[in-house]
Amino acid sequence: VSSADAVAVVLWIGATMYAVFGGADFGAGLWTLLTGRDRRPRELIDWAVGPVWEVNHVWLIFVLVVLWTGFSSAFEAVFSTLFIPLSLAALGIVLRGAGFAFHKTARRARGRAISEALFGVSSLLTPFFMGTVVGAIAGGRVPVGNAAGNAVTSWLNPLSLVIGALFVATSAYVAAVFLVSDARRAGAPDLERYFSTRALIAAVVTGALAAGGLVLLHNDAKFVFDGLTGDGLPLVILSLLCGIAVLILLRRGARRGARPLAVGAVAAVIWGWGVAQNPYLLPQKLTIADAAAPSATLTSVLIVFGVAVVLVLPSIALLFTLVQRNLVEEASQPPPPPGAD
Amino acid sequence: MLASQLEAARSQMAFTLGFHIILASVGVAFPALMLIANYRGLRHDDQDALRLAERWSRVVAVTFAVGAVTGTVLSFEFGLLWPAFTGRFGQVFGVLFAIEGICFFLEAIFVAIYIFGWKRLAPWTHFWAGVPIVITGLGGAFSVVAVNSWMNQPQGYSPTTGDVTSVEPLKVIFNPAVPYEVPHMILAAYLVTGFIVASVYAVGMLRGRRDRIHRLGLLIPLTVACIATPIQFAVGDTAARAIAKDQPVKFAAMECVQKTSTDVTEYIFGRCTSSGVKGGIGIPGFDSFLVGWSTSTQVTGLDSVPPDDRPPANTMLHWAFDIMVGICTMLIGLGLWLAWGWWRKRDFPQTRWFLRAVAISGIASVVALECGWIVTEVGRQPWVVYNVMRTEDAVTKASGIWVTFIAVLLLYVVLGTVLIITLRAMARRWRGADAEEGGVPYGPDGGPPPVVAEGTG
Repeated sequence: VSSADAVAVVLWIGATMYAVFGGADFGAGLWTLLTGRDRRPRELIDWAVGPVWEVNHVWLIFVLVVLWTGFSSAFEAVFSTLFIPLSLAALGIVLRGAGFAFHKTARRARGRAISEALFGVSSLLTPFFMGTVVGAIAGGRVPVGNAAGNAVTSWLNPLSLVIGALFVATSAYVAAVFLVSDARRAGAPDLERYFSTRALIAAVVTGALAAGGLVLLHNDAKFVFDGLTGDGLPLVILSLLCGIAVLILLRRGARRGARPLAVGAVAAVIWGWGVAQNPYLLPQKLTIADAAAPSATLTSVLIVFGVAVVLVLPSIALLFTLVQRNLVEEASQPPPPPGAD
Repeated sequence: MLASQLEAARSQMAFTLGFHIILASVGVAFPALMLIANYRGLRHDDQDALRLAERWSRVVAVTFAVGAVTGTVLSFEFGLLWPAFTGRFGQVFGVLFAIEGICFFLEAIFVAIYIFGWKRLAPWTHFWAGVPIVITGLGGAFSVVAVNSWMNQPQGYSPTTGDVTSVEPLKVIFNPAVPYEVPHMILAAYLVTGFIVASVYAVGMLRGRRDRIHRLGLLIPLTVACIATPIQFAVGDTAARAIAKDQPVKFAAMECVQKTSTDVTEYIFGRCTSSGVKGGIGIPGFDSFLVGWSTSTQVTGLDSVPPDDRPPANTMLHWAFDIMVGICTMLIGLGLWLAWGWWRKRDFPQTRWFLRAVAISGIASVVALECGWIVTEVGRQPWVVYNVMRTEDAVTKASGIWVTFIAVLLLYVVLGTVLIITLRAMARRWRGADAEEGGVPYGPDGGPPPVVAEGTG
């Protein structure tokens, strides 16, 4: 493995983390939008996401920095050609972050309602437009250079739109599975059922969109399609199996396993995509080797990543452990359902 | 078309950076103030100090969250606005951002542990959970400012034209501008945050709230800021002399030096024209003296480079520099006033005039911060990478920046307004809590912090 490939692996690790944890946050925001008048699911969401949302969000910064440091020309190509969807994704991040920052402190019902609505809508914007970006890259519509591709059709096409929708559905799915566990932790069996049902629905929608995406890939992005059904096939099958296993576990109301398997389903498909478009970073436009920074830079990135593994991972583990043991928490737990017990 | 593209991109970058720099400064320095209060509270069993620490941690939470958002916008702008710059040099300066990434990550984690850990963690454990926030804040500031230093003093890569094929990361990280730019910005962060926080409590005291919380809330940050200010003056002075040597054209623009010569007059304010400074207060020979401790020191003028290579908006640059230095000088005066009071009465001066001075010090220090940022950024123009890459060659060819600029402008105005409204609402709530004697921050009997108590009810 060359150091360029190693940095690409680091990039993919970051992307996976963001897709799973950032995705879960966005998905939670989406469910906030869909809860209607019911306050309890929202309170569960606030309680669960509060302490970790900021950290989950840092993975995006990680991805951007590794991309521009390790593969500067790819970063240039993506961010200039896909100016519009990336601006809209950034807008979503601003609104989401702001909504979250203020919502914690907003006292009046009106202030809360506005920040919740912002959080919900922005949760839709960012995953969707990030998805269109991935669609544009997979479809080979991002040529090397400063805004060398089409500013509109590169991302406004059926493949990109379906992948955008797929990202939204996946976020909702991961979030719902996570929230089932959180509801159990909070001792709220009604919310456990509530999110369990929603996880099942989201799983079915995600599966349908993924199937649709494959058909479009076949027509529109033959290279990636061939990769997914070739070298990437084991990972695609793994993802499918994980997804089915989650469905079974949720139906049975199993206490363990759904969360890691849901993460596995998402991670497998992201790595399947990576394997499928190998050796390209931008399929058939730019290879990993051609985009790679000089070797000293790549080595530095790997060293920094090593330091991050040593320092950041234990810290994250500490935070998540404290959260799971209820040693750090923002709001009190959601009240028990009316009439329960 | 392209000229206006460049203008829009520069406006957006200037605006978003100018906004972020305030939040970033607060994010770097406020946790330190919070920990000082926390330490005092634990060490001397001082409940007022603990209550301050707890409240400040809520402010840190909100400003950190907003700062994270505005910081993310900046990292998008590296690609959305300046893809050609990042496309060519991202591989050179990127390592610094990777280091910053680690710092930010750790910062976010420990901010979360600290803020959400008030009730359940043991007091000293909780205090130590806050220490990494301060350290990573310094590390993050170092990395980001070192990138800006590199843009001013680029080195450690080759070839100097065309595609970069080799990088020496240590030379990039420890570029010649780092020793003065990095301390200058970190001190600025502590100074600005200290004066902002102190000014809030000064306003409260002017309105008659002279309880112990207000007095501590004023004294802790003001002391930190007043210690930082004279050091800042010395560092800034060193930086100016280094710039006179390393970036003589930037220095010439700051001081409106048209022609290279000796015995150069130092002008305070005045209007810069190609035939010299109009108006303003001139001190003959003093500019030469400041650069090399002698009036016979030669100072490089703007005429040393063709007009295309000179920074724009000379008068603005010159004024920004003078205002920064002027405000810093006045803040040193404020520090002396505090020191005098402390020396005479072991307390800060209780007069209304002193409180008024502290009350405006917050805004004054922010003005100085922005002026300093203008000096370094506009002074580097027309280069994005000094003498290597022009800003006009760095900008995106995508259209629509005027749209995003206007959107960002509106969004940030709302963001800033809501931030201030939120902080004021928090302050009001705390005043109410003080009136009815709230619980102590630590200990299971204290009940949930006031922010949460009513929100979930």
